[in-house]
Amino acid sequence: MNFDELPPDWRGQLAIDGSAEQPCLWLRGAWELRDDVPRYAAIAPQLANARRVSVGARDLERWDSSAVNFLAAVVRDARARNIEVDQSALPDGLRRMLALVFAVPAPPPRATPPAPGMLAGVGLAVLHAWRDWPAMIEFAGEIILSLGRFVTGRARYRRGDFAYLIEEVGPRALPIVSLISFLVGTILAYMGAVQLALFGASIYIADLVGIGVVREVAALMTGIILAGRTGAAYAAQIGTMQVNEEIDALRTLGVSPIDYLVLPRMLALIFMVPVLTLYAGIVGILAGMTIAVLVFDVGFYEYYNETLSALELKHFAVGLIKGTVYGGLVAFAGCLRGMQCGRSAQAVGESTTSAVVLGILLITISASILTIVFQKLGI
Amino acid sequence: MSAAQSKQAAPHIEIRNLTMAYGDYVIQRDLDFTINRGDIFVIMGGSGCGKSTLLRQMIGLVRPAKGTVLYDGVDYWAASPAQQVQRQRGFGILFQAGALWSSLTLAENVALPLQEFTTLAPDLIDEIVSLKLSLVGLGGFEQFYPSEISGGMKKRAGLARAMALDPEILFFDEPSAGLDPLSSRRLDDLILELRDSLGATVVLVTHELPSIFAIANNSVFLDADTRTMIAYGDPRELAEHGVEKVRTFLKRGAA
Repeated sequence: MNFDELPPDWRGQLAIDGSAEQPCLWLRGAWELRDDVPRYAAIAPQLANARRVSVGARDLERWDSSAVNFLAAVVRDARARNIEVDQSALPDGLRRMLALVFAVPAPPPRATPPAPGMLAGVGLAVLHAWRDWPAMIEFAGEIILSLGRFVTGRARYRRGDFAYLIEEVGPRALPIVSLISFLVGTILAYMGAVQLALFGASIYIADLVGIGVVREVAALMTGIILAGRTGAAYAAQIGTMQVNEEIDALRTLGVSPIDYLVLPRMLALIFMVPVLTLYAGIVGILAGMTIAVLVFDVGFYEYYNETLSALELKHFAVGLIKGTVYGGLVAFAGCLRGMQCGRSAQAVGESTTSAVVLGILLITISASILTIVFQKLGI
Repeated sequence: MSAAQSKQAAPHIEIRNLTMAYGDYVIQRDLDFTINRGDIFVIMGGSGCGKSTLLRQMIGLVRPAKGTVLYDGVDYWAASPAQQVQRQRGFGILFQAGALWSSLTLAENVALPLQEFTTLAPDLIDEIVSLKLSLVGLGGFEQFYPSEISGGMKKRAGLARAMALDPEILFFDEPSAGLDPLSSRRLDDLILELRDSLGATVVLVTHELPSIFAIANNSVFLDADTRTMIAYGDPRELAEHGVEKVRTFLKRGAA
């Protein structure tokens, strides 16, 4: 082996001398962590017959993890084959780093279960989804128990927090609710007007927009806005508290997190949603009126009177009931997913996403059920 | 004098006339000290005196209100953003609570700096990651998530990540906080061992007296009342011959 020829850039390299039974590995040059650093796997075959391996450094200008990594591989392989490794020719620092690597015996690596096949995967997903329902029912039960404590004045929560939650849900949601309700009212008015104008019945835009918005659309839009705005926020807030073990801290104080965190949020939404729904309905009607009067030449007073005669109290009642139900479901989904959150940043993201999806899913299911029920009852 | 020589000649880290403030509120003023290559340097002081803030200004997270930090004689805060990033790549930082990325496994946590800043092949990165975890005694825990391991293990995993890129300077923010005396001692030994074998410079923020005496060879004491440094030197010397306040601190009020 020739030790004189080192390339001018001093890259880390390896020289092997000695016999096949007692090889010596020499680290030379500057061992720096780069792609072309010598790897043990490449020279392992040359040590196949070795009984004793010596490692050492000659003209080793500097070294980093790459050298330690190489030597650790040599030692690990030698140990597995019961071969002695002589490290006496290594610099002190390298020898100590090697000792550190093997200081703590590694536990057997954790067995990762094999990935399930497609059929098994489908089955697992269904089971997982199925197990979600009992959890939801249990959570609903806990909320009802907590409501009982709240009504009898035994629930612990902070009034200041409750006021903040009310403000966050209600007044601060007004701009986005206004914008979306106005636009949806506009769309309804346009869609209806084009058809109604064919029959010369443009005045009935007032009925269409009035009943449609107040009965269905205002509640639905408010529900969906709240799912994205408030349900997601609830899941993220409670989920982050879960990550930081804040929920556990509450529990150990004997404070029920349902009383302290969930119930105030549910109640804040349930109190504010009817107000928001009513407001959204009025904005929607104003939007319809604006379009009818400005674009389709309906008289302002005509439209006003038609709206008044079309709208009955029961329409408002239906809208408000629906809105309240949607609000409750959104809060339920947000808090449930927050409480179910795992202990990582990614888990918070997942529970937030899931809160919005579940919220909208529950809104849609309950909307169908309520519509059919009200139809059957003739309301 | 060649560039390499001047690099050797300048002290590794210099704090020059540094003042830290939040708005008008001055936390510490006129800090002036030098950290040499291979030092284990402790920034000590009572709670709330600005130790961690000083560390954050040294690692480039917060700009000092006045004064600056020099690395190898180069002014960090006067350098271009690209040069600052280059410099930061030579830092290994262990945050107070480990600051592991909770949605990544330990292996992925350690691998991330290597994947971002090197062009190494994936299998070589895997080897280096296992090596770093073995170095801190966490071999075999590659596939665990941070939430599944203990506080001391998180600290050590954080150390493995801090060492991923073979840093020139290791910064530790309260490394032994929350560890039992034995784990804390083992971490101290590990820090010493790493300094000796890698030749890195170590900067520690701590008020754990056993750690300070066991590993530090130089230190600075930040005083919360006068809002400046009142002692600078080997902590063992300061415990005997320092100003009274520092002696009291280093002897747990017994001086």
